[in-house]
Amino acid sequence: MSAPLLEVRGLVKRFGGLVATADLALDVLDGEVHAVIGPNGAGKTTLIGQLSGDLRPDAGAIHFAGEDITHLGAPARSMRGLARSFQITSVFRDFTALDNVALAVQAHAGHSFHFWRPARADGALREPARAVLESVGLGHRGDVLAGSLAHGEQRQLEIAMALATRPRLLLLDEPVAGMGLEESQRMVRFLRDLKGRATMVLVEHDMDAVFMLADRISVMVYGRVIATGTPEAIRSSAEVRQAYLGEDPAGSVATR
Amino acid sequence: MASAARSAWPAPRALALLATLALLALVPPVAGLLHQPFYVELFRRVMILAIAAVSLDLILGYGGMVSFGHAAYLGVGAYAVAVSAHYGVTSGLVQWPLAVLASMAVAGVIGAISIRTSGLYFIMITLAFTQMLYYLGIGIEEFGGDNGMRLTTRSQFAGLVPLAHPTVFYYVVLGVLAAAVGLGHRLVNARFGLVLQGARSNEPRMRALGFSTFRYRLAAFAIAGGLGGLAGALLVNQTEYLTPDFMHWTRSGEIMFMVILGGMGTLTGPVLGAIALILLETVLSGWTEHWQGLLGPILVLVVLFARGGLVGLLPAPRTGAER
Amino acid sequence: MTLLLVCEQLLNGLQYGVMLFLLAAGLTLVFGIMNLVNLAHGSLYMVGAYVATAVFARTGSFVLGVAAALAATLLVGMAVEVVALRTLYERDHLDQVLATFGLILFFNEAVAVLWGRAAIHASVPPFLSGHLELPGGLRYPAYRAAIIAVGLAVAVLLGVLVSRTRLGMRIRAGASNRTMVSALGVNVRLLYTVVFGLGAALAALAGAMAGPIFSVQPGMGEEILIQVFVVIVVGGIGSVRGALVGALLVGLVDTLGRAFLRPLLATVLSLSAANTAGPALASMLIYLLMAGVLLFRPQGLFPASRG
Repeated sequence: MSAPLLEVRGLVKRFGGLVATADLALDVLDGEVHAVIGPNGAGKTTLIGQLSGDLRPDAGAIHFAGEDITHLGAPARSMRGLARSFQITSVFRDFTALDNVALAVQAHAGHSFHFWRPARADGALREPARAVLESVGLGHRGDVLAGSLAHGEQRQLEIAMALATRPRLLLLDEPVAGMGLEESQRMVRFLRDLKGRATMVLVEHDMDAVFMLADRISVMVYGRVIATGTPEAIRSSAEVRQAYLGEDPAGSVATR
Repeated sequence: MASAARSAWPAPRALALLATLALLALVPPVAGLLHQPFYVELFRRVMILAIAAVSLDLILGYGGMVSFGHAAYLGVGAYAVAVSAHYGVTSGLVQWPLAVLASMAVAGVIGAISIRTSGLYFIMITLAFTQMLYYLGIGIEEFGGDNGMRLTTRSQFAGLVPLAHPTVFYYVVLGVLAAAVGLGHRLVNARFGLVLQGARSNEPRMRALGFSTFRYRLAAFAIAGGLGGLAGALLVNQTEYLTPDFMHWTRSGEIMFMVILGGMGTLTGPVLGAIALILLETVLSGWTEHWQGLLGPILVLVVLFARGGLVGLLPAPRTGAER
Repeated sequence: MTLLLVCEQLLNGLQYGVMLFLLAAGLTLVFGIMNLVNLAHGSLYMVGAYVATAVFARTGSFVLGVAAALAATLLVGMAVEVVALRTLYERDHLDQVLATFGLILFFNEAVAVLWGRAAIHASVPPFLSGHLELPGGLRYPAYRAAIIAVGLAVAVLLGVLVSRTRLGMRIRAGASNRTMVSALGVNVRLLYTVVFGLGAALAALAGAMAGPIFSVQPGMGEEILIQVFVVIVVGGIGSVRGALVGALLVGLVDTLGRAFLRPLLATVLSLSAANTAGPALASMLIYLLMAGVLLFRPQGLFPASRG
């Protein structure tokens, strides 16, 4: 079996007295869609922050494609092929959708110490950006200001920007958050179509989306992973049900 | 589907700028006709401050960096010219590049320390460093201390460009202003400028995409400092007197006011703002010696109610067009 | 450079530091809790100085002068808060900087209209015009000693307020997490007004005490304000403890530097070199201190909010 693309060992993160990540271990295999689920307060957001490079872990190690990236910042991780989308939509609101994606392309097209040529006329940036926009279904909205796009379109733009950096691993932080039924179904279908293009780590609350997309699921409770397995295994695990849903093995809801 | 490269400026702003530059070009002949050479001096001063305002707009309007210490670079540029002249180096071909390089270097050092911070810290730190340079200037008796010193002679250009001649100097300044705005326009729309604007718009996003924003901000800070230094070189030639007051932090406030009054993040705005502010000051100071007391509330009102500045009064550019 | 001289300068440094603390404490709380850059804080200090000096000159009572200064400054401060600052809470820092800069221009001209541009004379009150006899033969002006005493007393009171009262708890919470505080149901409007008023009162006190030893003139607020900024950056935004440590540090470094750097340099450099470099370097010392602190702690020594 080949080495995991993303390997997390002994990850610890404390905020004052609160232990958000408690000796967490995680493996993500190349090409899979790996969902991370857990009740509120389980520490999923903190985990994403440490994987993306926005938070420094207090202890532990993160290896990506064999390299130790634990002490690298977000830009360096992005350059190594680790992209993310944000839970709260984070785009460049006063730029057009096409500008947004072109900027993502630009980030990985060498350095940006170019002072003369208009970047908006640079085919090397615009063409790939247009193609990615097209592929997420926003091709016709390229000239709209990102701030004026509908919420669902902004989420699609988020993903487009992450894809434009041609990542090996995509960290998706609640991609269908705040979406209506139809929108989220569309997004799920889209993500499913992405399945060959990049490995995905998906943090999500929407269980339908999770069970439709995930190859494997890890369940987090109180800052650690308590179970990892296929969707069927997780769905039928009594341990998961108890920790997550508060059911005791006899089937009645726990009062604690 | 390829769209035509958008190299034309958004029409209203470009027109306003070109009209302004054209009008400025007409000042010397008109002033000659009216026998009022004072206007040449006045508008030359306006243009020099406009260059300073344009340099600030690069980092403030486009980069989102609230640097309250920009006057420091005018001061460094002015000192470079005056001190060189003091020691016998009067050629502008040496002085002016020296002014630019010196102010870029100082901006680089100050930027390296302050850009690591943000928000309130950044504002206070840039202000503090300006004050430090001001006190340094006051402390150096050799160059006049807080009284300053006369400039021995305006920058020489091997007799080819006599700055002592008011109109020649005027057109030199106009040329520098036009070049500054033109080069600035290219810069903000090039890859470098987009990184700057992106970092202003959403810095975490930029870092997540892979941009190490610090180095680009630092470079922009240095470039803006260098252009400010050039404005300082012109300023000391204009006043023919060097004083640490060039670096006083209230000067920074004045330049920032110009950028806001005209409309920040537009390059046209700072030019309009410089004209508007100096004209306003000239008119107000004609009414009362306490004109600053009137200027203050005007500034407050502009900030509270007219944030878009003068450029905001023009029709808005097309969506997605270059700024 | 005798021991006596060193002790005297140490006390002067302490006195200056305490003045800086009075200004910094209020301002750092305004920064930390309301996220408001208020450049006009120095103007409140100036108003305090002018009113105290004028009232003392008129009535002959220093205490009345101080009381009047507190009242006048609070009044002016509240007016400014209602008229201008309320809208600025929601705005970004640039707007706040520019608007409060406009206020500075206004206030400086206003005092010039009322009292002229020249510095006005403020005398030390008779009951404090003597000298204290300290151990070792040091004679120290009673007025300056009083400033130190008042300043330290305020520091202690503030410390008690911040760490042991409910208001203090809200202040600390607000400084470390503004949005959470309002989500928890604290009356944020009222908290802001109280904090601002506290800052104004401290500034007024500093101004009232400053009259006799600093020159009372338009623009006096800004000269000291920038040093207050240095204090806050060094101490950390939102922290009263940071303001105290920062203020004493800055006060001592500045005072001792101005007094002793030139003589110290003269022992290793030529006299003329020391005469040039000494004062110039001395005036730069506190900024170099700030740069040094920032290299290791970009958030200051005791930042109230982490991350």
